[in-house]
Amino acid sequence: MNILLEPLQFEFFRNGVIAAVLAGGLCGLIGVYIVLRSMSYIGHGLAHAIFGGAVVSYVLQWNFYLGAGLWGFISALLINQTARRTKINADAAIGIVTTASFAIGVALISRYRSFTRSFDAALFGNILGVTANDIWVMLGVSVAIAITIFFLYKQLLFTTFDAEVAQVYGVSTPWIETIFALLLAAALIASLQILGVTLIAAALVIPAITARLLTDSFHRIILMSTAFGALTGLLGLYISFYADVASGASIVLTQSAFFVIALTITATQKQFARRMIHTHV
Amino acid sequence: MKPVIELRDVTFGYTHHPVLKKIDLHLHPGQLAAVVGPSGAGKTSLLKLILGTLQPVRGSVKMNVQQHSKQQSDRLARRVAYVPQVDTIDWNFPVTVEEVVLMGRIRNASIWPWPSRADREQMAGVLQQLEIDALAKDHISDLSGGQQQRVFLARALMAEPDLLVLDEPTSGVDMKTAESMLHLLLHLNQNGMTILMTTHDLNLAAAHVPWVICLNQEIIAQGAPEEIFTSEILNQTYQSDMMVMRQDGMIFVHQRPHSHTLREVIPDPVLGHLPDAHSVIEKVMQPNVKPLKKKNGRPITDESPARI
Repeated sequence: MNILLEPLQFEFFRNGVIAAVLAGGLCGLIGVYIVLRSMSYIGHGLAHAIFGGAVVSYVLQWNFYLGAGLWGFISALLINQTARRTKINADAAIGIVTTASFAIGVALISRYRSFTRSFDAALFGNILGVTANDIWVMLGVSVAIAITIFFLYKQLLFTTFDAEVAQVYGVSTPWIETIFALLLAAALIASLQILGVTLIAAALVIPAITARLLTDSFHRIILMSTAFGALTGLLGLYISFYADVASGASIVLTQSAFFVIALTITATQKQFARRMIHTHV
Repeated sequence: MKPVIELRDVTFGYTHHPVLKKIDLHLHPGQLAAVVGPSGAGKTSLLKLILGTLQPVRGSVKMNVQQHSKQQSDRLARRVAYVPQVDTIDWNFPVTVEEVVLMGRIRNASIWPWPSRADREQMAGVLQQLEIDALAKDHISDLSGGQQQRVFLARALMAEPDLLVLDEPTSGVDMKTAESMLHLLLHLNQNGMTILMTTHDLNLAAAHVPWVICLNQEIIAQGAPEEIFTSEILNQTYQSDMMVMRQDGMIFVHQRPHSHTLREVIPDPVLGHLPDAHSVIEKVMQPNVKPLKKKNGRPITDESPARI
């Protein structure tokens, strides 16, 4: 019990725990839609794009959340529209838009070397940098995203399953796509500080595919993936504290461990089921 | 009576590649019609133009008297339900039968993420009608081909459509299941639903569908199967030798074996050198003619050696 309570005496850890649980849950929730749209790479790419936006915001002295958020939203829209309206596939569109954006960030960093160090944290995640203000922003973003997904659950499910048919049945798919791009950009920006640009993609993908291994029902995947994300955020942060490793890395490694456990369980179940069939035949 | 669907001089295609040319088509309320034609004839594109997910390069697509427009999507959704080809479905997507079927209620659904009591009651009725009520909790990939078709038909019926559009509803299922699917559609049509479908199965269309549209980039012919299922029209539609037999008021259509592939595989200069390649095939098709024999690795007939 002491192991759990001891780190909580530090304010930075308390802030970090809240941020990690929120970021993990948020990425778990959004990640389901990302994985099922076969756009797993978009998290990785958009995080890099947002990095470019963050640098631009810093140079132009804009608010980080506003500048990076707008940049990320526009990048997500550009990717969506390029993939849907041209012959370019989603993965290639992600590659073009996000690496170009990341390159802008790198170019600006090499031009203004004075702020290179503070962006290390953005790349790999750092709980020490989480302030009370960040927590409030994360909480606001998490509640807004959860409410939006709650009320657009049916439309998002139909659009993710088959966007063209959803349109025939009356779903305004362009609007749903736009709203989803906005949600994704907001989730990434809110989670960037704790998970880091390079590891955020894993936090989007791993809880969703872990949940996919354990259930065939969409609403259960949503619940399980969000729960896995939040739980691994919490556990990962404790591991980060005791093992003295970057928060993003420890959260992703905890999620990977959950995935391996889920994979072992399902493989064992399948083997058991096959044996049962053999026994009865 | 105003047609439900009205296509006037519709042309659709991509750059330098027309998919559909000068399509004029009317579908009246209560009609059951099937579009037939070879692969690549533009059957699915025609359906998508009607549904409004594709836009014509030229001409107009009208639903009643209003043209497709962005603002019309709500109106369209109330009237039309669509059952896509099973090949286009992502069968690994994590959804159960009831989750798919409930998608059909999206227009009338409550704002809550869970289904209302009315949704559940309607779903129970539709699943029972299609005899798949026991599969409600199953994952969609755990079903047989016929059951999968019924799940997507159930989703369409949940929308309570005036017009039901189906893309190849009998593909990938055995004859008995295809027959039962057609009977189901006939029953819905008798209850007043207008139905437009595409099919590859000419015999099923001849036996059950009162109005058939022969399509190969353009409409070759349309009418009752007994009128338009002639060798001439079907040869023109399929660009292949089609046999049409009529017996006891029934129509049987069959593509002559190898006639199509022979022409495609063997280039004209070679085919031209064959003394009578077509007659060879026709003779082999006759029951009293011996099949092709091989001599020194070359196939021959009783009369003339075929240099194939």
